[in-house]
Amino acid sequence: MRVALLKRIFVYPYGLWLFIFIVAPLLIIVWFSFGGTDFTLYHYARFFSPLYEGQPFFQRIYIAVLMRSIYLAVISTVICFVLGYPLAYALAKFYSHKSFLLFLFLVPLWMNFLLRTYAWLTILEQNGVLNAFLGVFGLPATDLLFTDMAVVIGMVYNFLPFMVLPIYTVLRDMDKSIVEAAQDLGANKVQVFLKIVFPLSVPGVISGVTMVFMPGVTTFVISNLLGGGQFILVGNLIEQQFLRVGDWYFGSAMAVILMVLILFMMGLIKLFDRQPKDGRTDKTAEGGALY
Amino acid sequence: MIKRIYTVYMGIMLLFLYVPIFILMIFSFNYTPSRNYWGGFSLRWYQALFNDPHIFQALRTTITIAVLSALIATIIGTFAAWGINTLGAKSKGVVIGLTNLPVFNPEIVTGVSLMLFFIAAIRFAGVGEMGYVTLLLAHVSFNVPYVILSVMPRLRRLDKNLFEAAMDLGASPIQAFVRVIFPAIRPGIVTGALLAFTLSVDDFIVSFFTTGAGVSNLSILIFSMARRGINPRINALSTLIFLTVMILLYIISRRDSKKSSADAQ
Repeated sequence: MRVALLKRIFVYPYGLWLFIFIVAPLLIIVWFSFGGTDFTLYHYARFFSPLYEGQPFFQRIYIAVLMRSIYLAVISTVICFVLGYPLAYALAKFYSHKSFLLFLFLVPLWMNFLLRTYAWLTILEQNGVLNAFLGVFGLPATDLLFTDMAVVIGMVYNFLPFMVLPIYTVLRDMDKSIVEAAQDLGANKVQVFLKIVFPLSVPGVISGVTMVFMPGVTTFVISNLLGGGQFILVGNLIEQQFLRVGDWYFGSAMAVILMVLILFMMGLIKLFDRQPKDGRTDKTAEGGALY
Repeated sequence: MIKRIYTVYMGIMLLFLYVPIFILMIFSFNYTPSRNYWGGFSLRWYQALFNDPHIFQALRTTITIAVLSALIATIIGTFAAWGINTLGAKSKGVVIGLTNLPVFNPEIVTGVSLMLFFIAAIRFAGVGEMGYVTLLLAHVSFNVPYVILSVMPRLRRLDKNLFEAAMDLGASPIQAFVRVIFPAIRPGIVTGALLAFTLSVDDFIVSFFTTGAGVSNLSILIFSMARRGINPRINALSTLIFLTVMILLYIISRRDSKKSSADAQ
């Protein structure tokens, strides 16, 4: 009893901490999103409202920005998956110096995130390395910087290791005897991959997709440095409301909409992900060990 | 044959990941600020870097915030994990759910909500301003969940009666914790602390919203420099950071391989 009480002593201060630094800030942002002391739904309505009578829903300015963010994040996620899966597969299957190779793919993550993005700024700019390189071969110069393409490149470059790592972990830990059993039963290579290996790697794919898609939808740094114009992604919109326009009410409403959307998507993803819970938390800890 | 194709593919992907970093590094030695014209080898950007007081200020902020926030988060997180582990299934679920919120929540939402919270708290208290302290608190708050996530699996594997047994044998609660519990969960604590440190060093978004005038970490400084256009001093800084990271990783891997070979014996 005394021991239980003693341990419990640590829960209450932490509960207070949770309330102050996690619950209270969220409550404040929700409070602001409803207009603060003058309760109103105006700021939410503003997000969804048309500029003129009968404007199609998806063409309304803020909805369009949100859709654009989702669209660019989906494209980046698909590219990361297409590039990352074979990489994770090869890493898990073929090489004897697995950990060293994996390490090579993770080193860029230790570089500052902004420096990695800045690198592409210097490559893609008009007088940049890419055009200098193309010029050597007499090829026409490109004008990629400040386009959607540049934003997608920036996302893929920054988030690719997050796709590779969880897929690699699942493939590496896969029970080899299942694959052998399938081969013994007469499955060819394609069948083994499609019916055994890939389905078993789905939890890794889901983690990877989550770890690329979520930061992709909400980023404002990559679009700020590599994208053009003012209203690029929903992240930029929120940043502008808070730091430039100063409309905290509208900014909060957008932040709440984004939060609800993301948490809803996470919930959906969890439905597909039927791994034992304890196993996953241990995996998280292992992933942490790689840092 | 297939392996060869994969090896070529892997080489291309490594080029994709490293070429941008190497380009940054090469052009830090370029005399001219241009990126398509080589004006001769020079260390002038390094000279400019070392004479830039803002960069040193930012470096100091980054490192002190990372060390302090990792330390504080590790202490809070370890004891919190220990406490959470004693809770019943239901309240445990609630506490862990709330703890994980910042992990799943978009970083920008965490950033702006903390910003509003700090502004409200400062107005309410009537003292202080956004700056170093708010930055530190923000970093501690996003680091704590990762420490808890790292420590929990270790605690779960621990015999529930270990702490009690130590006390039955005459240890004080502090002794029981320091001598029995702590050594058993130390790997989780170390992982959590390292994770917290790296997350803090690399953070931009939360820092950007929770700092005040005059206090910048490296990420914030790079962001504001990059927005003003290409600046070769950033290249020089990249080179130094990349080399530091490589040296640190080398030291860590040396230490790890020594330790594991010692364990094997």
